[in-house]
Amino acid sequence: MEGRCGEGSHTQSPSCAAVRSRKPCMDTGKHREKASSKKTEPRRATRPSSSDTRGLNGTSTEKRLRYSDCDYTPLCPLLSVAALSLCTRFYRITEPPHVCWDETHFGKMGSYYINRTFFFDVHPPLGKMLIGLAGYLTGYDGTFPFIKPGDKYEHHNYWGMRGFCAVLGSCLPPFAFLVVLELSHSTPAALITASLLIFDTGYITLSQYILLDPILMFFIMGAVLSMVKFNHQRLRPFSWSWWLWLLLTGVNLSGSLGVKFVGLFNILLVGINTAWDLWRLLGDLHLSLHLIARMFGLIMLPLFLYTTIFAVHFVILNRSGPGDGFFSSAFQSRLIGNNLHNATMPEYLAYGSIITLKNLRIAGGYLHSHWHLYPEGVGAHQQQVTAYLHKDYNNLWLVKRPNSDDFTWNPELIRHGDIIRLEHKETTRNLHSHLHEAPLTKKHLQVTGYGINGTGDPNDLWQVEVCGGKKGDPVKVLRSKVRLLHRSTGCVLYSSGKTLPKWGWEQVEVTCSPYLKETPNSQWNIEDHVNPKLPNISLHVLKPSFLEILLESHIVMIRGNSGLKPKDNEINSKPWHWPINYQGLRFSGVNETEYRVYLLGNPVIWWLNLFSLGLFVVMVSLCCVALQRGAKLGGTKKGKQVLMEGGGLLFLGWLLHYLPFYTMGRILYYHHYFPAMLFSSMLTVMAHSTVSVCLWKLQGYVLAFIHLLAMGPFSMCSFYLFHPLSYGMNGPLAHDPTSSMAGLRWLDSWEF
Amino acid sequence: IKLFLSKEAVLSTHLYEYPALMLSLLHSFDEVYYGQFVSLYMKRVFFIDESGPPLGHMILALGGYLGDFDGNFVWNRIGAEYTSNVPVWTLRLIPALCGSLCVPLGYLLVVELGYSHFTALGASLLLLMENSLIVQSRFMLLDSVLIFFLLLAVVSYLRFHKHLCCFSSLWKWLWLFLSGTSCAFAVGVKYMGLFTYLLLLGLAAVHTWHVIGDKTLCNVMLVQVVVRFLVLVVMPALLYLGFFYVHLILLYRSGPHDQMMSSAFQASLEGGLSRITQGQPLEVAFGSQVTLRSASSKPLPCWLHSHKANYPIRYENGRGSSHQQQVTCYPFKDVNNWWIIKDPSRQSLVVSSPPRPVRHGDIIQLLHGMTSRFLNTHDVAAPMSPHSQEVTGYIDFNVSMPAQNLWRVDITNRESDRDVWKTILSEVQLIHVNTSAVLKLSGASLPDWGFRQLEVVGDKIYKGYQQSGVWNVEEHRYGKSHEQKERELELKSPTHDDISRNLTFMAKFIELQWKMLTVRNEESEHKYSSLPLEWITMDTNIAYWLHPSNNAQIHLIGNSVTWTLANLALFIYVLLFLTYLLRRRRKIEDIPEACWEQLVLAGVVCSGGWVVNYLPFFLMEKTLFLYHYLPALTFQILQIPVVVEHLYTHVLRSPSQHKAFGGVILAALCSVYFCYRIFSPLTYGQPELTSEELAALRWRDSWDILFRKR
Repeated sequence: MEGRCGEGSHTQSPSCAAVRSRKPCMDTGKHREKASSKKTEPRRATRPSSSDTRGLNGTSTEKRLRYSDCDYTPLCPLLSVAALSLCTRFYRITEPPHVCWDETHFGKMGSYYINRTFFFDVHPPLGKMLIGLAGYLTGYDGTFPFIKPGDKYEHHNYWGMRGFCAVLGSCLPPFAFLVVLELSHSTPAALITASLLIFDTGYITLSQYILLDPILMFFIMGAVLSMVKFNHQRLRPFSWSWWLWLLLTGVNLSGSLGVKFVGLFNILLVGINTAWDLWRLLGDLHLSLHLIARMFGLIMLPLFLYTTIFAVHFVILNRSGPGDGFFSSAFQSRLIGNNLHNATMPEYLAYGSIITLKNLRIAGGYLHSHWHLYPEGVGAHQQQVTAYLHKDYNNLWLVKRPNSDDFTWNPELIRHGDIIRLEHKETTRNLHSHLHEAPLTKKHLQVTGYGINGTGDPNDLWQVEVCGGKKGDPVKVLRSKVRLLHRSTGCVLYSSGKTLPKWGWEQVEVTCSPYLKETPNSQWNIEDHVNPKLPNISLHVLKPSFLEILLESHIVMIRGNSGLKPKDNEINSKPWHWPINYQGLRFSGVNETEYRVYLLGNPVIWWLNLFSLGLFVVMVSLCCVALQRGAKLGGTKKGKQVLMEGGGLLFLGWLLHYLPFYTMGRILYYHHYFPAMLFSSMLTVMAHSTVSVCLWKLQGYVLAFIHLLAMGPFSMCSFYLFHPLSYGMNGPLAHDPTSSMAGLRWLDSWEF
Repeated sequence: IKLFLSKEAVLSTHLYEYPALMLSLLHSFDEVYYGQFVSLYMKRVFFIDESGPPLGHMILALGGYLGDFDGNFVWNRIGAEYTSNVPVWTLRLIPALCGSLCVPLGYLLVVELGYSHFTALGASLLLLMENSLIVQSRFMLLDSVLIFFLLLAVVSYLRFHKHLCCFSSLWKWLWLFLSGTSCAFAVGVKYMGLFTYLLLLGLAAVHTWHVIGDKTLCNVMLVQVVVRFLVLVVMPALLYLGFFYVHLILLYRSGPHDQMMSSAFQASLEGGLSRITQGQPLEVAFGSQVTLRSASSKPLPCWLHSHKANYPIRYENGRGSSHQQQVTCYPFKDVNNWWIIKDPSRQSLVVSSPPRPVRHGDIIQLLHGMTSRFLNTHDVAAPMSPHSQEVTGYIDFNVSMPAQNLWRVDITNRESDRDVWKTILSEVQLIHVNTSAVLKLSGASLPDWGFRQLEVVGDKIYKGYQQSGVWNVEEHRYGKSHEQKERELELKSPTHDDISRNLTFMAKFIELQWKMLTVRNEESEHKYSSLPLEWITMDTNIAYWLHPSNNAQIHLIGNSVTWTLANLALFIYVLLFLTYLLRRRRKIEDIPEACWEQLVLAGVVCSGGWVVNYLPFFLMEKTLFLYHYLPALTFQILQIPVVVEHLYTHVLRSPSQHKAFGGVILAALCSVYFCYRIFSPLTYGQPELTSEELAALRWRDSWDILFRKR
């Protein structure tokens, strides 16, 4: 204990003194903390006694006083950390002046918000909304198309969006500083953590572009910081600062989930921490409002904010755009410019109508066919019928009588139980099914397009059935749920939701299911309806409620996420590549002539982190076994707590943000590791500061000092070596001895 | 008790085997799959099965061995009749025996958990009347064997744990030994056994942790911990290796799956490649005639190939080509797979004497033996993978497209930088000198103009180590003939000479295990495949067999009543557990400490067993069937009596409640029995039912019960 405090006062005592005088200007939370910190001093010192009562003795008074020095937030180091991280993030932020990597997606989506055009993305909307807002405030007008990486921005104002991401990205080192300070009460340790993050080329690169990751990590770090602060308020429940940090945790959680679903892991971390906390409280036998307060702060509030984010999303995006087809007819009727918005069309289905059929499964597509056959060996060699999520001319079908193609007389309505044929408008083939097994769902029958110019065979006959209707009911456009029963085999037209392989253009399989249970997969509704012989009537589609929209958009997003499968020829990044820094990501440029930016973590820092993870595990297991054997660890009680509780929390965070990727089937990228890396960096310092304290105990003062402080300059030097990775490289590639990066390509798998 | 147990065993064995004999002429479903491996075992032919480790197949093959099966049967059609040389009885004996023994093991398990014999009897009755377990153990399938070993492992561990008080008892350590062995056997039968093994390890770790914390033990503690580690971790691992050792000893002949293995592995099998490669010269020299095999077996194992056909001038999509000779990768042995290694500085195509070996870093040219074209690549997009370079056999069309046919040899598994290129053993990258592209199998196959052979490209952005970019020399001889005609004759003749090469067991094991884990068959949905969610409610079934002429049939359908009860028991257990846990935390003790510990242990074994054997399937992407659920189900069924006894003794207090509950238990057992009786025609395949009776048995719409059209 003395070791760390002594060390702390060694290096930081002048600034500590300065802090006290300048304290109030920090922020409101700190202010309150300072005001109350003197009161709580004695109580805080008893905190270790929850696990061990020996901590309470008279001789510790002096230690307590010295120890309390470390409880203040040293302002100077914090400010310098913030300044340094801002500098590193903003240096050459406008370079390169063209679209880099995923900016093409997220920049484009920011523009969609400015233009209020509806789109579909697999991530929740908050991140893109913030990007859009930042662009809007800095004078970007949303006109740049963001077509592909490498497009020049020219006169468009892109710096605002990049700057916004960089600001959030540069909050990470100060946050990490505060977290480690809170967990270890050691300013040098906190400084080193910050320097690890400041000088990591990977974080710099990732913070400098219009991406979701800086925003996501900002919220993740924010949540961790507020959680740690909240834990610290444990002994003063229901005080102002207690509430503040609780609510801030909730806000940050909803933020991280609102940016990417990776936020779920963060919620899991906070959830486990809270459950552990409650479990402890439960054992104290003091029944209290804790559960309700936490439920409010960590569940209700985030949930409310999260839905608010979506509400804002739907309110802003009220114009029809490229994402319409992914959503149900009812959803589309909300969008200005969509043909279902204030639609007018014939109300009842009649023979001779041209229609599109939309599957009622959430994110179900339109019944679709095209000039391609099923390949050899997949059922009969006939034309493919699929479900397709985009609006297209190939989705149009013509409704015909079972026996004649004559539409001259007055249009006759189709009623429940009628037999029809459906002819594909573009290819004039009939919707057909027969006793061949379907391509993917082997229990079902294959559905094909068959016949020429609308003449087919008896297998083209389908019986129309309105769900919940009785014989003679007409079929309402948009509002009736229709099932199509195949006449000769008795099966029902069905969309399985499985994606066909390449030969089916990765569209969705359509089959004929012999199981007649009513599920949304077998129900269709008629979305577009054109029949010149019938009067158009203004149709009010039942407006979906907000909760329905919310649910629908989530299911669409989850489907979209799991649909992101690795392509055949692409080399997929594997989770085990990440901690060893095996391979980076090209942000911009490939050739010698181009301006190249390469996302790669500073290898020195990353390998140090990897080593420290192992070190941490070894130390904790040794410590556990020693304790279990009843060994006296003496004065390192405090050190033990720092290592086991603080380190344990961070280790859990690392595990939760890393391991789930092993189970994911979707395509993975290197940058998915960065949230986990935050925890790993903080853990590194926790482990090493404990080692230092032990060295200190063993009278190896100089060693301990060198050990801890060497890490800072070490990371700085390596940063100097690798900084061109983030700030851009020109000229020859690294294997060329004349290159600026010559000799730095330590692994063959790095591509710079 | 012993008497009772033996009765139980006899009863169940009888029940199981009698119909097994009756139906022995026909085989079903997965028997076709396992049967082929049994045949291969009998013939000692090497195979590789990615579905599981070899022990399971070996156990089935033991049945064949006992019945003097010669392996001559074609396992290709479900429902085909067995010929007289197939000892169906012995083949099905071992799974049936294991299945029968599961019943007494269930009994023992409940007793070991500390519950009464009455409860244990209930557990064994439930297992006895579980139709799905009966069906699965009456065929030549591995699930009953797996469940047997799982239960044995858990029972013997619990026995061991019970003996904790007396430290030096030999019996105690024998139980631990038995537990470790059956863990290894379970994992050896199917990878699924790993889940229960891990659960057991977790349990053992917690117990060991208590031992470590026991401060009365000093040196004994260390011995205890080390022995546990040795028996539960090291020994199973060694046994697992042992299974592979026996497997490789038994299967020494080459067979249908040879091509999936590396050349070195194939050379160690009798027949097949070893017949060809025996006695080839070891060191590749300038002038050597070689075939180059790709180290990647995706999509197919193949050899670098060329033939007298050119790339089409224009492809279907309008892109142009160099119109030079095609170079492909061909999955069959062919005389066109031969290439000659030439020194660029000399004209000679024969090996000088003494031979000048090719070393790492040397520049070579590769000459196609039959057409005398040089292997060449240039900056023209490859036909199927336009981001890579086209690889050709160079033809000079006089269109200012010079030959770029120099390749640098890069031995990836070299020990020093002057390593010699060795036949079979060396893995080599061929790096193009002009463009530093790497010769690579792209994985795509060419259309009709390329005879559907596999595409070979020069990859400019090649990075790291990729199997598709690595080649090895498989067949090799020193070229002797100077003239083209002689050379062609020479290429067609087999290689000869004599040296033998042997891989160590560990090398073989690692390769085989790696192949088994990575090789994936094309997974597609099966008519009877299902999703894990459908298993809990048994929304699915599998038809195993249908009589060729009448309606008699066998289905994998469980006892609906038992399944419902098991789900209910699990739910009640979780509820009870949570209630007790929270109340204990609030210092309200409803049940005594010992009883709580007993309940927790029972929960870890039964509910834990269910969880670890069930939940992982949600993450798997392979085709799943209902029988994958059976191990989880077994543990879940054992949960029923545990919960019942707990409710009876600790929750219900008044005698009237006890009486009522007793009535409920009796009623439940009766309905289990009736359900078993009702479905037994589908379990045993007899008696034959009419269509109406079958329709009445279709309790769920989603069950596929077969009706024969009259």
